Amino acid sequence: MRWMWIDSVLSYEPGRRMVAVKNVSLAEEYLHDHFPDQPIMPASLMVEGMAQTAGILVGSCRDFREKVILAKIGSFTLHSDVVPGQCIRYTALIERLDEAGASTTGTIERLDHTIGQWETIGTSEIVFSHIDQNRSGNIFPEENFVFGENFRTLLRGVGLDKAMTAASKG
Amino acid sequence: MAFNRQQIEEGVIEVLEEALGVDAEEAKPQATLTGDLGAESIDFLDIQFRMEKKFSTPDKPFKIEQGELFPENLLQDATMVVNGKLTDTGMALLKQKLPHIDFSNFEGDRTVKKLSEVFTVKSLCDFLERRLAK
Repeated sequence: MRWMWIDSVLSYEPGRRMVAVKNVSLAEEYLHDHFPDQPIMPASLMVEGMAQTAGILVGSCRDFREKVILAKIGSFTLHSDVVPGQCIRYTALIERLDEAGASTTGTIERLDHTIGQWETIGTSEIVFSHIDQNRSGNIFPEENFVFGENFRTLLRGVGLDKAMTAASKG
Repeated sequence: MAFNRQQIEEGVIEVLEEALGVDAEEAKPQATLTGDLGAESIDFLDIQFRMEKKFSTPDKPFKIEQGELFPENLLQDATMVVNGKLTDTGMALLKQKLPHIDFSNFEGDRTVKKLSEVFTVKSLCDFLERRLAK
């Protein structure tokens, strides 16, 4: 299983905004246990989906040369469940960006196909660290292990796969 | 728009409420960020970003450079720290880089582990007052 909690990137504005979607399907195994009689998309995996969307956006700001690590979830609110057959849309915005890292805000929306409308169900504030620039002075591996091969397909749709390829060649 | 001391102090308390989840009453001037308010290293970056946003105006964006507010990587340098204590060179450099910090309680002992105690609510306000006046 690939640790990918977004299915595709819908739109991308360099240095500013990224929008991604996740389709929730009853075929996904984790929904069989969460919960057996009442499948609900786990909130923790929606945090991951938002973090992947925002993390890719932060990584793209420096052409994927930085190792972007989730450092802090300042806040994450959800006020509705998402169930199989529905779709989640994550919109991430860059608030601040510098050598040390970035802060982002986000909106989580839900599409209920029976209604056919997007509805806002949550918000996020997530801080990312560029770990090579971190304060502790630790040394990390040369290769960018954050933006691996799994992300390439995802980024192709918005033309970001070339930047990732260039970064991996150093 | 310039910020006066009261606006700066109110802004800092709001930032600490948001970043650390503390109450305004806890964020007293002498409260230390790590010891009294429970900040961890990554919170310092969050605090920096929130202060930049809070004190930016449309005509004057506010940007804090890396290492300007909190020390960056100084403590890994062998000339700065010996046996867990800051050397004369390290002390002098720290004072030069962080003029907004009051080191009087730290200077006698100089144990690096206690360095975080110099970062107080007041030191953030002093930094902002000095920096925003530029």
